Amino acid sequence: MSSHIYDYLDGNAAGGELSKIFAADVTVAEGQCAHCGSTKRFAEAHLYMQCPGVVARCAVCEQILLRLVTVRDRALLDLSGMTYLSFDTSQFEQ
Amino acid sequence: MAIISRGFSHRASAEDKKLPPGQYVTTDFPVLSAGPTPHLSLDKWEFTINEGDNLLRRWDWKSFLELPAQTFTVDLHCVTRWSKFGTTWEGVSVDTLLADIKTDASHALVHSYGGYTTNLPLPDLRKMQAWIAFRFEHEELAPEHGGPARLLVPHLYLWKSAKWVHGITLMQQDTPGFWERLGYHNYGDPWREQRYWSD
Amino acid sequence: MWHVGEVIALHDETATARTITLEVAGWPAHVAGQHVDVRLTAPDGYSAVRSYSIASGPSSERRVELTVERLDNGEVSPYLTQELAVGDRLELRGPIGGWFVWRTHQTEPVQLVAGGSGIVPLMSMIRSRKAAGSAAPFRLLYSVRERAAVFYRDELRALTENEDLSLTYAYTRLAPAGWPRPPGRIDPTLIANATWPSNLGPTCYVCGPTSFVEVAASLLIASGHSPERIRTERFGPTGDRK
Repeated sequence: MSSHIYDYLDGNAAGGELSKIFAADVTVAEGQCAHCGSTKRFAEAHLYMQCPGVVARCAVCEQILLRLVTVRDRALLDLSGMTYLSFDTSQFEQ
Repeated sequence: MAIISRGFSHRASAEDKKLPPGQYVTTDFPVLSAGPTPHLSLDKWEFTINEGDNLLRRWDWKSFLELPAQTFTVDLHCVTRWSKFGTTWEGVSVDTLLADIKTDASHALVHSYGGYTTNLPLPDLRKMQAWIAFRFEHEELAPEHGGPARLLVPHLYLWKSAKWVHGITLMQQDTPGFWERLGYHNYGDPWREQRYWSD
Repeated sequence: MWHVGEVIALHDETATARTITLEVAGWPAHVAGQHVDVRLTAPDGYSAVRSYSIASGPSSERRVELTVERLDNGEVSPYLTQELAVGDRLELRGPIGGWFVWRTHQTEPVQLVAGGSGIVPLMSMIRSRKAAGSAAPFRLLYSVRERAAVFYRDELRALTENEDLSLTYAYTRLAPAGWPRPPGRIDPTLIANATWPSNLGPTCYVCGPTSFVEVAASLLIASGHSPERIRTERFGPTGDRK
């Protein structure tokens, strides 16, 4: 019952919102979907931003990877849809 | 500290109806969605009412359309701050669907095709406050707005009006739904501006 | 995180698209392909944020160019393309995004595939390559409704004449008189004729509305490109990144 209408963006579009909380660039991080096990760069996730939050879904199985809600001074992050996010830490060299 | 953009304002209508606090009027009907629009074939569609493991009621599309329906006009208030006045719908009152069901459930968890959920106190679904709506502005409800059928509960913020509604589970205790688990208010009264947990 | 840019120039690319040149104090260098979030705030506090790809290559002068297409029912694009004036200020967050980028140290062939306004970040890559004096071979397949909708037409022609770029237009609605290919969407034949073959190991960048990106990426994969060599950036269904 999934859609053939291309009503999503991709992980690139969430870069600005995610930069409010993450020092690292999440869009280049590699993540594993907790539902189907696919590993992809976060930039490739299907992104739904036209809602009361940001919802990123797995490009393969469409299950939710990540949800981010900004309410006044708080950002609430649900990462339960990912087994891991992997970052290249050489970008943090001081 | 945001700078003010010279000459920028949101699109507003000239109407002067009463707005809940913090809202802006729109004449559009923005499409907000947390996932792909489900495309449901009507011959597979169903609406169910459950309590625990018990299936209490089930309608397929044909039997659902045989139920008495009403046409009504209401205002919509979205937590993302837009309000839309005077929208006309046709739908089956949830009172009709709950008729003859004996339950001491206090709450309901509404679930949609595609996985979305939202919770409400059961009394908020009764007494002509909620409908399963299938026509908007005298036309079939479009998929991007929740068609073939959505819940409509206009006295609460629109995230409670679950699109692509699949069924209602009657519950003995309140269980937060999709947005209620991640910062959004459990009840969601626009007139008391109950947007978020801290409100 | 939010920078303030001053509008120093405006240039109409087409009847509905305008390039905005901003001077942004404190702008960190951007990489070709990155985008910014633009925030507009009304006097009553209402605000709207939209993402726009940076059109300009990296520059040492704190310059950022955005090319914005006006959407009829848009909230921000009509303001940016019709109301915004030289001297006005804009709030920008960025530069954002480290995946859909081309860096000047890359030497492999590059295949760019643009759908409509998807040309914007790819133009940043083309400009970046030229400014750096890079010899990386670039090909561009630019799918667009009609000639009047083409962005950067003169600049692209100059680049092809200097053999800095190999360019194929794919007109989808209206082709110029005598055009060898009838109007139509991109298809396997076009990919076979107008893009780097996969055995050259190019890095592919595909940008445009989501539906275009999905089709183009599938065609590239079907013609042998490995998915790992294809980077994508999706705009909204109408090409607006909201």
